Amino acid sequence: MTYTSPVPVADGHFYAGSRLEIQNLVMAYGDVEVLKDVSLTVEPGTTTCIIGPSGSGKSTLLRGVNRLHEPKAGSVRIADDDALKLQPDVLRRRVGLVFQHFNLFPDHTALQNVALALRNVKKMPKAEAERIALERLTEVGLAERADHRPRDLSGGQQQRVAIARALAMEPEVMLFDEATSALDPELVKGVLNLMAELGQRGMSMLVVTHEMNFARKVADQVVFMDEGYVVEAGTPDELFDHPKSDRLRLFLSEVL
Amino acid sequence: MDWLDNIIKTFFDFGAMAKVLPQLLGIGLVNTLVISVFATVLGIFFGMILAVMGVSKTAWLRVPARVYTDIFRGLPAILTILLIGQGFAKFSQQLFGPSPYPLGILALSLIASAYIGEIFRAGIQSVDRGQLEACRALGMSYGSAMRLVVIPQGIRRVLPAMVNQFIAIVKDSSLVYFLGLLTSERELFRVGQDAAVLTGNLSPLVLAGLFYLIITVPLTHLVNYFDNKFRTGRRKATPPKSGLEEVEETLSPTLTRGENA
Repeated sequence: MTYTSPVPVADGHFYAGSRLEIQNLVMAYGDVEVLKDVSLTVEPGTTTCIIGPSGSGKSTLLRGVNRLHEPKAGSVRIADDDALKLQPDVLRRRVGLVFQHFNLFPDHTALQNVALALRNVKKMPKAEAERIALERLTEVGLAERADHRPRDLSGGQQQRVAIARALAMEPEVMLFDEATSALDPELVKGVLNLMAELGQRGMSMLVVTHEMNFARKVADQVVFMDEGYVVEAGTPDELFDHPKSDRLRLFLSEVL
Repeated sequence: MDWLDNIIKTFFDFGAMAKVLPQLLGIGLVNTLVISVFATVLGIFFGMILAVMGVSKTAWLRVPARVYTDIFRGLPAILTILLIGQGFAKFSQQLFGPSPYPLGILALSLIASAYIGEIFRAGIQSVDRGQLEACRALGMSYGSAMRLVVIPQGIRRVLPAMVNQFIAIVKDSSLVYFLGLLTSERELFRVGQDAAVLTGNLSPLVLAGLFYLIITVPLTHLVNYFDNKFRTGRRKATPPKSGLEEVEETLSPTLTRGENA
């Protein structure tokens, strides 16, 4: 397995992660309910990993939190605000999302990828946006590749640019949607290292992942979802070593 | 070899060609290019509006774009040109004077915009949905996302199709002569046609045809060249690097190298 354990962080940039509280969330595509009743809380500066079989509604949940897909019922609170009452664009500035397939802008260099929303959304002057973009790229270990276009970067590097792009907006919560699933095996660890480091630097993170070792070592809380419900939630020890439900036992026997 | 002589005389009478060459160059070519370029620019403008309407979620924007496209793509060009060129002649005279050009160009651009709109729409829709989602997830508006990220990618992909469209416009520009042109307003076809009628020999028309090819053929190859360049030329040639070295990049030197290093 690729992930061993997080490296302690002593200095550098720290983030002010917010509390994220999801209550009785229901989401549907048309008439098909894919999320039936999901409640979970990410405490400030902690990492929650969501595991579960495909079709369990993990990705849908993330898209509901930043309202790329509008929830049907329930509530999402970020810090003290009702996320479903905020302007979607305002909410999305406070919630970073990292996609499975990176979704970098192919015509833009790594630096421009990170700087674009700073300029367009935060209305920063070019020089300032690029200064911040370079800072974030340095943080993800890609300062030297700032002028490369996505196709001149490896999958792992592209995903780290995507993380830098989301971080540049200074979100209070980061969502990761199977961020390492599309990567070659030897590139996974670099991205996981970075994610673990973010957690240590105070970011609140909700991570959908298939990397069980990452969930075990890094998560403060693990949530097992199946068929649109939270089946079990608890500490990594509780879920991985003492699973209560048959579904989780079955799932773990399949993936471990 | 009578038949060969005949063919050469009918189609390749260089004397007749030489006579009409100055007119073809000075009047015909210039006017054809003027009509085509203006019609294309206008067509791109209208076409972009149609494309943006066509990908909209709102039926109030999408349906009119659809109807417009169906009508102007489905009518023969000559019919549209005559209806607009003659139908609005009085109106045009007050605005632009007696020249049939403004209306001819307008009619050509209306026809072209129906095709260009479809080309742009296909290009925009071919851009991966993740691009729009990535922009929205960063807090960008739909408009900004389209303008800065999605539409530029869509346009790049359909450049070859756009050149085809320009070629179609160059050819259709010959139809403007139906609106009645002054001697100085004639485009390539009309100059060739007049000379052919005057001399009873088709060679001037053949030369006019050559001019059309001189405009269109290099364009086709030029766009293929640029297309290849866009797709492959910008790639930086860097020596292959082992993915195993990448994990180092994420461990900043200030950190103690633990078991992950």
